[in-house]
Amino acid sequence: MTVFSLIIINKAGGLIYQREFQPGLRKLSTNDYLVLAGTFHGVHAITRTITPKLPLATASTTATTPTSSTIPSTPGTPTPPTPASAFTFPNPGIPATGLESLETDKFRLTCFQTLTGTKFLLFTDPMMGNIDVVMKKVYELYSDYVMKNPFYQLEMPVRCEAFDRHLAGWLRGRT
Amino acid sequence: MAQPARHSAMPSVSNNAQNHSTASDKQHPPQQIQHIANTGLRVPSNRKTIYDRHLNRSRNAELSRASFAFLFAEMVTYAQRRVTGIQDLEKRLNEQGYPLGLRLLDLLYYRTISSSTSSSLSSSSTSAAPPNRPLRILPLLHLIHGPLWRLLFNRPADALEHSVSPDTPNEYMITDNDPLVNTYISVPKEMSMLNCAAFVAGIIEGVCDGCGFEAKVTAHNQPTEMWPGRTIFLVRFGESVMEREKVLERAGIK
Repeated sequence: MTVFSLIIINKAGGLIYQREFQPGLRKLSTNDYLVLAGTFHGVHAITRTITPKLPLATASTTATTPTSSTIPSTPGTPTPPTPASAFTFPNPGIPATGLESLETDKFRLTCFQTLTGTKFLLFTDPMMGNIDVVMKKVYELYSDYVMKNPFYQLEMPVRCEAFDRHLAGWLRGRT
Repeated sequence: MAQPARHSAMPSVSNNAQNHSTASDKQHPPQQIQHIANTGLRVPSNRKTIYDRHLNRSRNAELSRASFAFLFAEMVTYAQRRVTGIQDLEKRLNEQGYPLGLRLLDLLYYRTISSSTSSSLSSSSTSAAPPNRPLRILPLLHLIHGPLWRLLFNRPADALEHSVSPDTPNEYMITDNDPLVNTYISVPKEMSMLNCAAFVAGIIEGVCDGCGFEAKVTAHNQPTEMWPGRTIFLVRFGESVMEREKVLERAGIK
């Protein structure tokens, strides 16, 4: 159960938060962290475009065409199937995800992208499980102590003492 | 049944001119209700405005903490526009809270009186007089420390102290270990003196003034290891209040 460090990347690929919780990884210079954030952002975007989206879509259209061809024969209700297929077809709830994890002998990097485009990168022990629980809590703390803070400017580096405090406190409580 | 009649009578004055030309059938009342909604006065579909509700209805109601946090964050951002410094910002937050305190006081009295009469009816024997407004400083501070804090934050404040210094007998301190308004706020280092609970200080000031105790209330950070957000509300009563306090003490009024 070791979480080495956390990185938060904003929508534009800029590094807005970097913090080490437990020693175990070598430190990078600030500049390298910025490069890492930018590079990861780019790679993530490319891997997202690689993700195939079509099969699900064609399957749903082929599935709906027979039904829609049968329904017009019955008089009165030709309209309902068309909006239904238009809704299920591009599923807005599940966007194409890019790179989700990278693994080496010594650590695993897990990426979580929020619906608004902010990315959370966790460096953990490769043997560690339940990373999504940690990720969820980090996201929760971020939306509480960063987004509800009137002194935080969107897309700018996160300097919220309450966020640091609660994050450290929660991670300490888990180990 | 008088209420709906009043509501539907209002638009008929303003809208009948245009309605007369078109309206020959009797299908109009629903359209008129629509019109009320368009004139700016918002009336819910059941036509009960907040003035029609009983004041004690929301007595035990709870508010979403998140929506309050976002609202308060917006208030702080609003107060921050065109301020000259931290003191100015705190003054503005204080001014936002002040009218709230003045109004809250009446609600607080109303609720404590109505609840105490109902409880005295049930217990009957004690014949407890309804609570008067506080005349001396200490009852006022207890009112703030207990009932007001419970009304606002659902718990009493954490401490109430009198200044130990003989030079400032008019200073009292109310401590809150973790003020609700500051839960999600981290003040940047360059503004470390700022405490957004100045808004709550404004509410307290309003309550004191409403009771007839002229006072200045300020909020100060006093973090401890255990409570990083500990805040002290310093209540400074005016000269006139202290003089009256002495007179009342001699007269033996509690």
